[in-house]
Amino acid sequence: MQQYKKDFPIFQKNQKLVYLDSAATSQKPKIVLDAIVEYYETYNANVRRGLYAIAEKATVKVEEVRKQTARFINAKYPEEIIFVRNATEAINLVAYSLGNYIKKGDSIVTTIMEHHSNFVPWQQLAKINGAKFEVIDINDNFQFSIFNFQSNLNFQKSKMLAITHVSNVLGTINPIKEIIRKVRSKNPHIKILVDAAQSVPHMSVDVQDLDCDFLVFSGHKMMASTGIGVLYGKKELLAQIQPFLYGGDMIKEVTIERTIFADVPYKFEAGTPDIAGIISLGSAIEYINSTGINRVQNYEFRIMNYAMERLKKIDGLTLYGPQNAQNRSGVISFNIDGIHAHDVAQVLGDMNICIRSGHHCTMPLHKRLGVPATARASFYIYNDEEDVDKLIDGLKEVKKIFSH
Amino acid sequence: MDTQSLYREELLEHYRNPQNFGKLSHFDISSKQSNPFCGDHVEMFITLEKDKIKNIGFDGRGCAISMAGGSMLTEFAKGKTKEELTSFSEKDMLALLGIEVSETRKKCALLALSVLKDCLYGVKSKS
Repeated sequence: MQQYKKDFPIFQKNQKLVYLDSAATSQKPKIVLDAIVEYYETYNANVRRGLYAIAEKATVKVEEVRKQTARFINAKYPEEIIFVRNATEAINLVAYSLGNYIKKGDSIVTTIMEHHSNFVPWQQLAKINGAKFEVIDINDNFQFSIFNFQSNLNFQKSKMLAITHVSNVLGTINPIKEIIRKVRSKNPHIKILVDAAQSVPHMSVDVQDLDCDFLVFSGHKMMASTGIGVLYGKKELLAQIQPFLYGGDMIKEVTIERTIFADVPYKFEAGTPDIAGIISLGSAIEYINSTGINRVQNYEFRIMNYAMERLKKIDGLTLYGPQNAQNRSGVISFNIDGIHAHDVAQVLGDMNICIRSGHHCTMPLHKRLGVPATARASFYIYNDEEDVDKLIDGLKEVKKIFSH
Repeated sequence: MDTQSLYREELLEHYRNPQNFGKLSHFDISSKQSNPFCGDHVEMFITLEKDKIKNIGFDGRGCAISMAGGSMLTEFAKGKTKEELTSFSEKDMLALLGIEVSETRKKCALLALSVLKDCLYGVKSKS
Protein backbone atom coordinates (compact mmCIF):
# COMPACT_ATOMS: atom_id res chain seq x y z
CA MET A 1 0.00 0.00 0.00
CA GLN A 2 1.16 3.53 -0.81
CA GLN A 3 3.11 5.07 2.09
CA TYR A 4 0.53 7.69 3.03
CA LYS A 5 -2.51 5.55 2.30
CA LYS A 6 -1.60 3.20 5.11
CA ASP A 7 -2.07 6.03 7.61
CA PHE A 8 -5.78 6.17 6.75
CA PRO A 9 -7.95 3.43 8.31
CA ILE A 10 -10.68 3.78 5.68
CA PHE A 11 -8.32 2.34 3.06
CA GLN A 12 -7.51 -0.61 5.30
CA LYS A 13 -11.17 -1.36 5.93
CA ASN A 14 -12.29 -0.78 2.36
CA GLN A 15 -9.39 -1.86 0.23
CA LYS A 16 -11.27 -1.44 -3.03
CA LEU A 17 -12.02 2.19 -2.34
CA VAL A 18 -10.71 4.61 -4.93
CA TYR A 19 -11.35 7.97 -3.33
CA LEU A 20 -11.06 10.89 -5.73
CA ASP A 21 -13.29 13.44 -4.05
CA SER A 22 -10.99 15.17 -1.61
CA ALA A 23 -12.05 18.61 -2.85
CA ALA A 24 -15.43 17.79 -1.26
CA THR A 25 -13.99 16.31 1.91
CA SER A 26 -10.79 14.52 2.78
CA GLN A 27 -10.23 11.20 4.47
CA LYS A 28 -8.85 11.21 8.03
CA PRO A 29 -5.57 9.69 9.17
CA LYS A 30 -5.49 7.49 12.24
CA ILE A 31 -3.71 10.07 14.38
CA VAL A 32 -6.59 12.50 13.86
CA LEU A 33 -9.19 9.88 14.76
CA ASP A 34 -7.13 8.87 17.79
CA ALA A 35 -6.90 12.46 18.99
CA ILE A 36 -10.70 12.77 18.87
CA VAL A 37 -11.22 9.55 20.79
CA GLU A 38 -8.54 10.50 23.29
CA TYR A 39 -10.32 13.76 24.03
CA TYR A 40 -13.70 12.10 24.55
CA GLU A 41 -12.24 9.22 26.52
CA THR A 42 -9.81 11.02 28.77
CA TYR A 43 -10.45 14.77 29.07
CA ASN A 44 -13.91 15.55 27.74
CA ALA A 45 -14.97 18.80 29.42
CA ASN A 46 -16.20 22.20 28.38
CA VAL A 47 -13.58 24.86 27.80
CA ARG A 48 -12.92 28.16 29.56
CA ARG A 49 -15.25 27.34 32.45
CA GLY A 50 -14.37 24.46 34.71
CA LEU A 51 -11.69 24.77 37.37
CA TYR A 52 -10.94 21.08 37.43
CA ALA A 53 -8.06 19.28 35.77
CA ILE A 54 -9.71 17.91 32.61
CA ALA A 55 -11.43 21.23 31.87
CA GLU A 56 -8.07 22.90 32.26
CA LYS A 57 -6.49 20.39 29.88
CA ALA A 58 -9.23 20.86 27.24
CA THR A 59 -8.91 24.65 27.50
CA VAL A 60 -5.14 24.57 27.14
CA LYS A 61 -5.41 22.16 24.21
CA VAL A 62 -7.85 24.41 22.32
CA GLU A 63 -5.57 27.42 22.79
CA GLU A 64 -2.58 25.36 21.69
CA VAL A 65 -4.37 24.52 18.46
CA ARG A 66 -5.11 28.20 17.97
CA LYS A 67 -1.38 28.93 18.17
CA GLN A 68 -0.57 25.97 15.96
CA THR A 69 -3.08 27.14 13.34
CA ALA A 70 -1.67 30.67 13.49
CA ARG A 71 1.83 29.29 12.86
CA PHE A 72 0.54 27.07 10.04
CA ILE A 73 -0.69 30.05 8.00
CA ASN A 74 1.85 32.45 9.52
CA ALA A 75 -0.67 34.72 11.24
CA LYS A 76 0.99 37.37 13.40
CA TYR A 77 -1.09 36.63 16.52
CA PRO A 78 -3.01 33.56 17.72
CA GLU A 79 -5.99 35.87 18.42
CA GLU A 80 -6.34 36.31 14.69
CA ILE A 81 -7.60 32.72 14.46
CA ILE A 82 -11.36 32.35 15.02
CA PHE A 83 -12.80 28.86 15.22
CA VAL A 84 -16.02 28.47 13.26
CA ARG A 85 -17.90 25.60 11.66
CA ASN A 86 -16.43 25.80 8.16
CA ALA A 87 -15.32 28.22 5.46
CA THR A 88 -18.94 29.03 4.63
CA GLU A 89 -19.65 30.16 8.17
CA ALA A 90 -16.43 32.18 8.23
CA ILE A 91 -17.45 34.08 5.09
CA ASN A 92 -20.94 34.68 6.45
CA LEU A 93 -19.43 35.91 9.69
CA VAL A 94 -17.46 38.55 7.81
CA ALA A 95 -20.38 39.49 5.56
CA TYR A 96 -22.73 39.92 8.51
CA SER A 97 -20.22 41.61 10.76
CA LEU A 98 -19.22 44.18 8.15
CA GLY A 99 -22.86 45.25 7.91
CA ASN A 100 -22.88 49.03 7.69
CA TYR A 101 -19.34 49.25 6.38
CA ILE A 102 -20.80 48.58 2.92
CA LYS A 103 -23.00 51.51 1.95
CA LYS A 104 -25.29 52.45 -0.90
CA GLY A 105 -23.22 53.22 -3.98
CA ASP A 106 -20.22 51.20 -2.80
CA SER A 107 -19.28 48.07 -4.63
CA ILE A 108 -18.47 44.53 -3.61
CA VAL A 109 -16.27 42.63 -6.04
CA THR A 110 -16.06 38.89 -6.43
CA THR A 111 -15.26 36.52 -9.30
CA ILE A 112 -17.02 34.07 -11.59
CA MET A 113 -14.86 31.24 -10.18
CA GLU A 114 -16.25 31.42 -6.68
CA HIS A 115 -17.97 28.65 -4.81
CA HIS A 116 -21.52 29.72 -3.90
CA SER A 117 -20.28 30.22 -0.33
CA ASN A 118 -18.10 33.13 -1.48
CA PHE A 119 -20.67 34.43 -3.93
CA VAL A 120 -24.16 34.34 -2.43
CA PRO A 121 -23.31 36.10 0.91
CA TRP A 122 -21.81 39.05 -1.03
CA GLN A 123 -24.56 39.14 -3.60
CA GLN A 124 -27.11 39.29 -0.78
CA LEU A 125 -25.17 41.85 1.24
CA ALA A 126 -24.96 44.06 -1.85
CA LYS A 127 -28.71 43.71 -2.32
CA ILE A 128 -29.50 44.57 1.29
CA ASN A 129 -27.15 47.55 1.46
CA GLY A 130 -27.84 48.87 -2.04
CA ALA A 131 -24.26 48.28 -3.14
CA LYS A 132 -23.08 47.30 -6.60
CA PHE A 133 -22.14 43.64 -7.08
CA GLU A 134 -19.31 43.18 -9.55
CA VAL A 135 -18.03 39.87 -10.86
CA ILE A 136 -14.60 39.44 -12.43
CA ASP A 137 -14.51 37.09 -15.41
CA ILE A 138 -11.90 34.49 -16.39
CA ASN A 139 -9.96 34.30 -19.65
CA ASP A 140 -9.95 31.47 -22.19
CA ASN A 141 -7.37 29.52 -20.21
CA PHE A 142 -9.69 29.54 -17.18
CA GLN A 143 -7.48 32.01 -15.32
CA PHE A 144 -7.58 35.65 -14.37
CA SER A 145 -5.45 37.82 -16.52
CA ILE A 146 -4.44 41.36 -15.71
CA PHE A 147 -7.04 42.31 -18.28
CA ASN A 148 -9.79 40.68 -16.24
CA PHE A 149 -8.73 42.74 -13.28
CA GLN A 150 -8.39 46.04 -15.10
CA SER A 151 -11.35 45.99 -17.40
CA ASN A 152 -14.17 48.22 -16.22
CA LEU A 153 -13.01 48.04 -12.65
CA ASN A 154 -11.00 50.75 -11.03
CA PHE A 155 -11.74 49.55 -7.48
CA GLN A 156 -12.12 53.17 -6.34
CA LYS A 157 -15.59 52.58 -4.95
CA SER A 158 -14.98 48.98 -4.03
CA LYS A 159 -15.13 48.26 -0.34
CA MET A 160 -14.67 44.55 -0.53
CA LEU A 161 -12.98 41.97 -2.74
CA ALA A 162 -13.87 38.33 -2.08
CA ILE A 163 -11.76 35.94 -4.13
CA THR A 164 -10.80 32.31 -4.10
CA HIS A 165 -7.19 31.18 -3.89
CA VAL A 166 -7.80 27.92 -5.77
CA SER A 167 -10.89 27.10 -7.84
CA ASN A 168 -12.77 24.03 -6.63
CA VAL A 169 -13.73 23.24 -10.24
CA LEU A 170 -10.97 24.48 -12.52
CA GLY A 171 -8.08 23.80 -10.18
CA THR A 172 -6.68 27.20 -11.16
CA ILE A 173 -4.26 28.58 -8.58
CA ASN A 174 -4.78 32.31 -8.63
CA PRO A 175 -1.73 34.56 -8.23
CA ILE A 176 -3.42 35.92 -5.15
CA LYS A 177 -0.45 37.87 -3.82
CA GLU A 178 -0.05 39.82 -7.07
CA ILE A 179 -3.79 40.38 -7.33
CA ILE A 180 -3.94 41.75 -3.78
CA ARG A 181 -0.97 44.02 -4.39
CA LYS A 182 -2.47 45.36 -7.59
CA VAL A 183 -5.90 45.95 -6.07
CA ARG A 184 -4.43 47.65 -2.99
CA SER A 185 -2.36 49.96 -5.17
CA LYS A 186 -5.61 51.14 -6.73
CA ASN A 187 -7.50 51.36 -3.47
CA PRO A 188 -5.57 51.04 -0.22
CA HIS A 189 -8.78 50.96 1.84
CA ILE A 190 -10.41 47.96 0.21
CA LYS A 191 -10.93 44.90 2.41
CA ILE A 192 -9.91 41.58 0.89
CA LEU A 193 -11.16 38.14 1.84
CA VAL A 194 -9.47 35.03 0.44
CA ASP A 195 -11.33 31.73 0.25
CA ALA A 196 -8.53 29.28 0.96
CA ALA A 197 -10.67 26.17 1.40
CA GLN A 198 -8.95 24.51 -1.58
CA SER A 199 -5.47 25.87 -0.94
CA VAL A 200 -4.60 25.61 2.77
CA PRO A 201 -4.89 21.78 2.74
CA HIS A 202 -2.61 21.48 -0.29
CA MET A 203 0.00 24.24 -0.34
CA SER A 204 1.90 26.64 1.83
CA VAL A 205 -0.20 29.71 2.63
CA ASP A 206 1.27 32.73 4.40
CA VAL A 207 -1.34 35.34 5.33
CA GLN A 208 1.22 38.04 6.12
CA ASP A 209 2.93 37.55 2.80
CA LEU A 210 -0.39 37.61 0.94
CA ASP A 211 -1.50 40.68 2.89
CA CYS A 212 -5.16 39.65 2.88
CA ASP A 213 -7.53 41.04 5.52
CA PHE A 214 -9.45 37.81 5.96
CA LEU A 215 -8.78 34.23 4.95
CA VAL A 216 -11.06 31.25 5.47
CA PHE A 217 -10.76 27.48 5.29
CA SER A 218 -12.44 24.27 6.46
CA GLY A 219 -10.86 21.61 8.64
CA HIS A 220 -12.61 18.67 7.00
CA LYS A 221 -10.87 19.27 3.67
CA MET A 222 -7.49 19.03 5.42
CA MET A 223 -7.98 15.74 7.22
CA ALA A 224 -9.66 17.13 10.36
CA SER A 225 -13.26 16.31 11.26
CA THR A 226 -16.34 17.99 9.82
CA GLY A 227 -17.66 20.92 11.82
CA ILE A 228 -14.46 22.86 12.34
CA GLY A 229 -13.37 25.77 10.19
CA VAL A 230 -11.14 28.79 10.54
CA LEU A 231 -11.50 32.48 9.98
CA TYR A 232 -8.26 34.42 9.94
CA GLY A 233 -8.60 38.18 10.23
CA LYS A 234 -6.15 40.99 10.85
CA LYS A 235 -6.36 41.75 14.56
CA GLU A 236 -7.16 45.44 14.25
CA LEU A 237 -9.99 44.68 11.83
CA LEU A 238 -11.48 41.94 13.96
CA ALA A 239 -11.44 44.35 16.90
CA GLN A 240 -13.48 46.87 14.88
CA ILE A 241 -16.21 44.69 13.40
CA GLN A 242 -19.39 43.57 15.12
CA PRO A 243 -19.89 40.10 16.58
CA PHE A 244 -21.87 37.71 14.41
CA LEU A 245 -23.41 35.49 17.09
CA TYR A 246 -24.38 36.64 20.56
CA GLY A 247 -24.49 34.48 23.66
CA GLY A 248 -22.29 32.81 26.20
CA ASP A 249 -18.50 32.85 26.01
CA MET A 250 -18.38 36.02 23.91
CA ILE A 251 -19.00 38.54 26.71
CA LYS A 252 -17.07 40.34 29.39
CA GLU A 253 -20.03 41.62 31.33
CA VAL A 254 -23.80 41.52 30.92
CA THR A 255 -26.33 43.71 32.73
CA ILE A 256 -29.99 44.23 31.94
CA GLU A 257 -29.11 47.43 30.10
CA ARG A 258 -26.04 46.47 28.14
CA THR A 259 -23.34 43.94 27.27
CA ILE A 260 -19.61 44.42 27.01
CA PHE A 261 -18.22 42.00 24.47
CA ALA A 262 -15.14 39.91 25.03
CA ASP A 263 -11.95 40.67 23.16
CA VAL A 264 -10.90 39.01 19.92
CA PRO A 265 -11.08 36.07 19.24
CA TYR A 266 -13.73 35.19 21.87
CA LYS A 267 -16.08 37.94 20.72
CA PHE A 268 -16.72 35.77 17.66
CA GLU A 269 -16.93 32.41 19.41
CA ALA A 270 -20.32 32.38 21.13
CA GLY A 271 -21.44 29.08 22.60
CA THR A 272 -19.56 25.87 23.22
CA PRO A 273 -17.18 25.31 20.30
CA ASP A 274 -16.53 22.04 18.49
CA ILE A 275 -13.80 21.08 20.94
CA ALA A 276 -13.15 17.66 19.43
CA GLY A 277 -13.08 19.31 16.01
CA ILE A 278 -10.50 21.86 17.13
CA ILE A 279 -8.38 19.06 18.57
CA SER A 280 -8.70 17.13 15.31
CA LEU A 281 -7.56 20.22 13.41
CA GLY A 282 -4.46 20.43 15.57
CA SER A 283 -3.74 16.81 14.91
CA ALA A 284 -4.31 17.21 11.15
CA ILE A 285 -1.89 20.14 11.04
CA GLU A 286 0.61 17.99 12.91
CA TYR A 287 0.17 15.27 10.30
CA ILE A 288 0.66 17.71 7.43
CA ASN A 289 3.68 19.29 9.13
CA SER A 290 5.27 15.90 9.71
CA THR A 291 5.05 15.25 5.97
CA GLY A 292 5.87 18.82 5.01
CA ILE A 293 3.34 20.95 3.12
CA ASN A 294 5.74 21.41 0.21
CA ARG A 295 6.10 17.68 -0.14
CA VAL A 296 2.28 17.36 -0.09
CA GLN A 297 2.06 19.90 -2.89
CA ASN A 298 4.81 18.31 -4.99
CA TYR A 299 3.37 14.85 -4.55
CA GLU A 300 -0.11 15.96 -5.58
CA PHE A 301 1.31 17.83 -8.52
CA ARG A 302 2.86 14.62 -9.78
CA ILE A 303 -0.41 12.67 -9.46
CA MET A 304 -2.43 15.45 -11.06
CA ASN A 305 0.02 15.74 -13.92
CA TYR A 306 -0.14 12.00 -14.54
CA ALA A 307 -3.96 12.11 -14.43
CA MET A 308 -4.09 15.05 -16.86
CA GLU A 309 -1.86 13.27 -19.34
CA ARG A 310 -3.95 10.11 -19.23
CA LEU A 311 -7.30 11.92 -19.34
CA LYS A 312 -6.21 13.97 -22.37
CA LYS A 313 -5.80 10.72 -24.31
CA ILE A 314 -9.46 9.74 -23.88
CA ASP A 315 -11.48 10.55 -26.99
CA GLY A 316 -14.28 13.02 -26.53
CA LEU A 317 -13.09 14.13 -23.12
CA THR A 318 -13.06 17.85 -22.41
CA LEU A 319 -10.97 19.18 -19.53
CA TYR A 320 -12.05 22.37 -17.83
CA GLY A 321 -9.25 24.38 -16.31
CA PRO A 322 -5.77 25.47 -17.30
CA GLN A 323 -4.47 22.99 -19.85
CA ASN A 324 -0.93 23.09 -18.52
CA ALA A 325 -0.26 21.58 -15.13
CA GLN A 326 1.64 24.62 -13.89
CA ASN A 327 -0.41 26.87 -11.61
CA ARG A 328 -2.91 24.12 -11.21
CA SER A 329 -4.02 22.28 -8.13
CA GLY A 330 -5.15 18.65 -7.83
CA VAL A 331 -8.71 19.24 -9.01
CA ILE A 332 -9.68 18.07 -12.50
CA SER A 333 -13.13 18.68 -13.96
CA PHE A 334 -14.17 17.12 -17.23
CA ASN A 335 -17.01 15.94 -19.42
CA ILE A 336 -17.26 13.15 -21.94
CA ASP A 337 -19.18 13.94 -25.13
CA GLY A 338 -22.74 12.72 -25.04
CA ILE A 339 -22.60 11.39 -21.49
CA HIS A 340 -24.00 13.35 -18.59
CA ALA A 341 -21.64 13.86 -15.65
CA HIS A 342 -24.09 12.14 -13.33
CA ASP A 343 -24.07 9.01 -15.41
CA VAL A 344 -20.28 9.06 -15.43
CA ALA A 345 -20.18 9.39 -11.64
CA GLN A 346 -22.86 6.77 -11.11
CA VAL A 347 -21.14 4.10 -13.17
CA LEU A 348 -17.79 4.89 -11.52
CA GLY A 349 -19.49 4.89 -8.11
CA ASP A 350 -20.78 1.40 -8.74
CA MET A 351 -17.14 0.41 -9.32
CA ASN A 352 -16.09 1.96 -5.98
CA ILE A 353 -14.49 4.92 -7.71
CA CYS A 354 -15.63 8.06 -5.94
CA ILE A 355 -15.74 11.22 -7.99
CA ARG A 356 -18.12 14.16 -7.83
CA SER A 357 -20.56 15.30 -10.49
CA GLY A 358 -22.82 18.30 -10.77
CA HIS A 359 -22.19 22.01 -10.58
CA HIS A 360 -19.97 21.72 -7.47
CA CYS A 361 -21.74 24.73 -5.90
CA THR A 362 -20.58 26.96 -8.73
CA MET A 363 -23.63 27.56 -10.91
CA PRO A 364 -22.45 30.94 -12.28
CA LEU A 365 -19.16 29.34 -13.32
CA HIS A 366 -20.92 26.42 -15.03
CA LYS A 367 -23.13 28.87 -16.88
CA ARG A 368 -19.95 30.64 -17.98
CA LEU A 369 -18.49 27.30 -19.11
CA GLY A 370 -21.74 26.58 -20.96
CA VAL A 371 -22.38 23.21 -19.34
CA PRO A 372 -24.97 22.23 -16.73
CA ALA A 373 -22.64 19.87 -14.93
CA THR A 374 -19.13 18.47 -14.90
CA ALA A 375 -17.48 15.39 -13.45
CA ARG A 376 -14.64 16.12 -11.06
CA ALA A 377 -11.77 14.04 -9.74
CA SER A 378 -9.64 15.54 -6.99
CA PHE A 379 -6.52 14.28 -5.29
CA TYR A 380 -4.78 14.32 -1.97
CA ILE A 381 -1.70 12.88 -0.35
CA TYR A 382 -3.20 9.36 -0.08
CA ASN A 383 -3.88 8.97 -3.81
CA ASP A 384 -1.47 7.25 -6.14
CA GLU A 385 -0.98 6.39 -9.81
CA GLU A 386 -2.97 3.22 -9.33
CA ASP A 387 -6.03 5.28 -8.37
CA VAL A 388 -5.62 7.26 -11.58
CA ASP A 389 -5.30 4.05 -13.60
CA LYS A 390 -8.53 2.74 -12.08
CA LEU A 391 -10.24 6.02 -12.93
CA ILE A 392 -9.10 5.74 -16.54
CA ASP A 393 -10.24 2.11 -16.79
CA GLY A 394 -13.55 3.13 -15.23
CA LEU A 395 -14.02 5.90 -17.77
CA LYS A 396 -13.39 3.44 -20.58
CA GLU A 397 -16.14 1.27 -19.14
CA VAL A 398 -18.46 4.30 -18.94
CA LYS A 399 -17.85 5.00 -22.61
CA LYS A 400 -18.58 1.40 -23.47
CA ILE A 401 -21.94 1.46 -21.66
CA PHE A 402 -23.17 4.69 -23.18
CA SER A 403 -21.69 4.44 -26.65
CA HIS A 404 -24.11 4.37 -29.52
CA MET B 1 -27.93 -1.17 -7.06
CA ASP B 2 -25.33 -1.95 -9.67
CA THR B 3 -24.63 -0.44 -13.03
CA GLN B 4 -26.16 -3.23 -15.04
CA SER B 5 -29.55 -3.07 -13.39
CA LEU B 6 -29.66 0.73 -13.29
CA TYR B 7 -28.58 1.24 -16.85
CA ARG B 8 -30.50 -1.66 -18.29
CA GLU B 9 -30.48 -1.94 -22.05
CA GLU B 10 -34.04 -0.75 -22.69
CA LEU B 11 -33.38 2.41 -20.72
CA LEU B 12 -30.12 3.05 -22.54
CA GLU B 13 -31.89 2.54 -25.85
CA HIS B 14 -34.38 5.28 -24.94
CA TYR B 15 -31.50 7.50 -23.92
CA ARG B 16 -29.63 6.96 -27.16
CA ASN B 17 -32.73 7.26 -29.33
CA PRO B 18 -35.30 9.21 -27.39
CA GLN B 19 -38.88 8.93 -28.66
CA ASN B 20 -41.00 12.05 -29.11
CA PHE B 21 -37.93 14.21 -28.73
CA GLY B 22 -38.21 17.80 -29.88
CA LYS B 23 -40.54 20.74 -29.58
CA LEU B 24 -43.96 20.42 -31.25
CA SER B 25 -44.73 23.08 -33.80
CA HIS B 26 -48.30 23.36 -32.52
CA PHE B 27 -49.25 22.59 -28.98
CA ASP B 28 -51.98 23.44 -26.47
CA ILE B 29 -49.98 23.22 -23.27
CA SER B 30 -46.37 23.18 -22.27
CA SER B 31 -44.33 23.25 -19.11
CA LYS B 32 -40.66 23.28 -18.23
CA GLN B 33 -38.89 22.22 -15.09
CA SER B 34 -35.31 21.74 -14.08
CA ASN B 35 -33.50 19.72 -11.52
CA PRO B 36 -30.98 22.00 -9.86
CA PHE B 37 -29.03 19.06 -8.50
CA CYS B 38 -28.07 17.90 -11.99
CA GLY B 39 -28.72 20.98 -14.05
CA ASP B 40 -31.14 18.80 -16.04
CA HIS B 41 -34.18 20.32 -17.64
CA VAL B 42 -37.21 18.86 -19.37
CA GLU B 43 -39.82 20.76 -21.32
CA MET B 44 -42.99 19.05 -22.53
CA PHE B 45 -45.49 20.00 -25.25
CA ILE B 46 -48.95 18.52 -25.60
CA THR B 47 -51.78 18.79 -28.10
CA LEU B 48 -55.15 17.70 -26.78
CA GLU B 49 -58.23 16.33 -28.50
CA LYS B 50 -60.91 16.92 -25.90
CA ASP B 51 -59.28 15.25 -22.91
CA LYS B 52 -57.06 12.93 -24.87
CA ILE B 53 -53.36 13.46 -25.49
CA LYS B 54 -53.20 13.53 -29.27
CA ASN B 55 -49.56 14.40 -29.57
CA ILE B 56 -46.76 14.86 -27.09
CA GLY B 57 -43.15 15.88 -27.35
CA PHE B 58 -40.36 16.70 -24.97
CA ASP B 59 -37.16 18.62 -25.16
CA GLY B 60 -34.31 19.00 -22.75
CA ARG B 61 -30.89 18.08 -21.62
CA GLY B 62 -29.86 15.75 -18.89
CA CYS B 63 -28.62 12.43 -17.66
CA ALA B 64 -29.59 9.04 -19.05
CA ILE B 65 -32.24 8.50 -16.38
CA SER B 66 -34.07 11.79 -16.89
CA MET B 67 -33.90 11.64 -20.68
CA ALA B 68 -35.01 8.00 -20.87
CA GLY B 69 -37.77 8.98 -18.44
CA GLY B 70 -38.98 11.65 -20.86
CA SER B 71 -38.91 9.21 -23.74
CA MET B 72 -40.69 6.37 -21.96
CA LEU B 73 -43.28 8.56 -20.29
CA THR B 74 -44.27 10.38 -23.47
CA GLU B 75 -44.63 7.00 -25.21
CA PHE B 76 -46.82 5.81 -22.37
CA ALA B 77 -48.96 8.95 -22.20
CA LYS B 78 -49.67 9.31 -25.89
CA GLY B 79 -53.31 8.49 -26.66
CA LYS B 80 -54.33 8.43 -23.01
CA THR B 81 -56.89 10.78 -21.45
CA LYS B 82 -56.20 13.20 -18.66
CA GLU B 83 -58.39 11.07 -16.44
CA GLU B 84 -56.51 7.90 -17.23
CA LEU B 85 -53.30 9.56 -16.17
CA THR B 86 -54.60 11.08 -12.92
CA SER B 87 -53.64 8.11 -10.84
CA PHE B 88 -50.27 7.53 -12.52
CA SER B 89 -47.97 7.83 -9.51
CA GLU B 90 -44.29 8.21 -8.82
CA LYS B 91 -44.20 4.53 -8.07
CA ASP B 92 -45.69 3.83 -11.49
CA MET B 93 -43.06 6.02 -13.07
CA LEU B 94 -40.25 4.06 -11.42
CA ALA B 95 -41.94 0.86 -12.54
CA LEU B 96 -42.10 2.22 -16.08
CA LEU B 97 -38.37 2.92 -15.97
CA GLY B 98 -37.94 -0.53 -14.49
CA ILE B 99 -35.25 0.55 -12.07
CA GLU B 100 -34.66 1.13 -8.44
CA VAL B 101 -32.96 4.43 -7.86
CA SER B 102 -31.15 5.98 -4.95
CA GLU B 103 -32.66 9.01 -3.23
CA THR B 104 -30.33 11.38 -5.07
CA ARG B 105 -31.20 9.97 -8.49
CA LYS B 106 -34.95 9.92 -7.77
CA LYS B 107 -35.19 13.53 -8.88
CA CYS B 108 -33.80 12.53 -12.27
CA ALA B 109 -36.21 9.61 -12.56
CA LEU B 110 -39.26 11.69 -11.68
CA LEU B 111 -38.48 14.89 -13.56
CA ALA B 112 -40.49 14.02 -16.68
CA LEU B 113 -43.47 12.93 -14.59
CA SER B 114 -43.42 16.18 -12.69
CA VAL B 115 -43.49 18.14 -15.95
CA LEU B 116 -46.31 16.01 -17.37
CA LYS B 117 -48.43 16.49 -14.24
CA ASP B 118 -47.78 20.20 -14.39
CA CYS B 119 -48.92 20.24 -18.02
CA LEU B 120 -52.09 18.29 -17.38
CA TYR B 121 -53.19 19.43 -13.96
CA GLY B 122 -51.07 22.47 -13.19
CA VAL B 123 -49.54 20.78 -10.20
CA LYS B 124 -45.94 20.17 -9.48
CA SER B 125 -45.15 16.68 -8.32
CA LYS B 126 -43.83 16.39 -4.78
CA SER B 127 -40.24 15.75 -5.60
